[in-house]
Amino acid sequence: MAEEAIKLGGKRKSIFMDKVKKLLPEGGNLNLCLTCGACSSGCPATGLENMDPRKFLRMAALGMDEELTSTPWVWMCTMCYRCVYACPMQIDIPALVYEARASWPRETRPKGILGSCDMALRNQSGSAMGTPPDDFVFVVEDVLEEYRETQPAFKDMEAPIDKKGAHFFLNQNSREPVTEPDEMVPLWKILHTVGADWTYGSKGWAGENYCMFLADNDSWEKIVRTSINTAKELGCKVFLNTE
Amino acid sequence: MYQYYAKWIREGKLKVNSDWNKDLKIKFTVQDPCQIVRKSYGDEVADDLRYVVKSIVGEENFIDMTPNKSNNYCCGGGGGTLQAGYKEQRLQYGIVKDKQIKSTEADYCIAACHNCHSQIHELSEYYGGNYSVVHLWTLICLSLGILGENERAYLGDDLKEVAVYGA
Repeated sequence: MAEEAIKLGGKRKSIFMDKVKKLLPEGGNLNLCLTCGACSSGCPATGLENMDPRKFLRMAALGMDEELTSTPWVWMCTMCYRCVYACPMQIDIPALVYEARASWPRETRPKGILGSCDMALRNQSGSAMGTPPDDFVFVVEDVLEEYRETQPAFKDMEAPIDKKGAHFFLNQNSREPVTEPDEMVPLWKILHTVGADWTYGSKGWAGENYCMFLADNDSWEKIVRTSINTAKELGCKVFLNTE
Repeated sequence: MYQYYAKWIREGKLKVNSDWNKDLKIKFTVQDPCQIVRKSYGDEVADDLRYVVKSIVGEENFIDMTPNKSNNYCCGGGGGTLQAGYKEQRLQYGIVKDKQIKSTEADYCIAACHNCHSQIHELSEYYGGNYSVVHLWTLICLSLGILGENERAYLGDDLKEVAVYGA
């Protein structure tokens, strides 16, 4: 005869996990954990801050909301989804991490990510480096002219901006136009070689989105919408992410 | 982008080849970006990526990491970590990736994702791996013979002077 079951004292206090479950399709399967550890064994963030994906989920199930919403581990996990891929129950731990990020008061979130998001909100570019549309247009035109002049095979090469009806709307990570403009050129050459009909947008050209990493949903959406609306207004058919 | 590179090579619009590397035998591996592969298009796009890479560097000069494709390890540069301020932990995270790359003994890791590119570049320097990190567009143009001397910021000395356009 087994001893009487141990009774846990107090009421279950988890609010955080319940809240996240409501946000996700199938509740993110958050209550299906078999505790097998496949997530943690293949996670490069395991061990950082004495945390790992399985532990994070168990803590959520146990209602340790204060610990979950204060550990800096959520900013070290990249939300790469390998834990979900490895998980036999497809539990969406990264979504839990994302919401834990979102639970931090905005001004307390990592300064670098916050700053990059705020930079992107400063103008219509959406660039984490704050580069205004005019500067982007200038750099593209300047670099293009230089290459047209110095490389005869590319004297007719184009790098269109706001070209109506272009098939591809191409975005551009800010790093190239701002810090290493020559690195934009190989992709232009490829597009020129295959005869692709493409364009950048002067608005929403920047490919990065640090507001997403900041877990600031409204700002994330605002930046994405600027890009998408530009592509739609130009009548582009394909939204093409740069490498 | 990789789907289009692959499509254009298959259609003959990008006439790439690996002749430039026939004698050099420079070895390449490739990082599967989590966002594009595992989180979006799956192994199919990873296969396209490999088709492109093999077409430009030569099949015998490509060495895959293990594990790979959808099962690949994140390099540690995603999710905003490059700007999150936890550098020590980010580099700790990257040990898994650094070891994976080193065990391929490749001279180059192709990273067609900006976050991966920055992170792996830093891993190579920090852990002394001495592998270079390069965008795919650089190698496509190199293979086409249209890569100029100013477009080689991420090529090592072994490729600075190979098939330079206009030289």
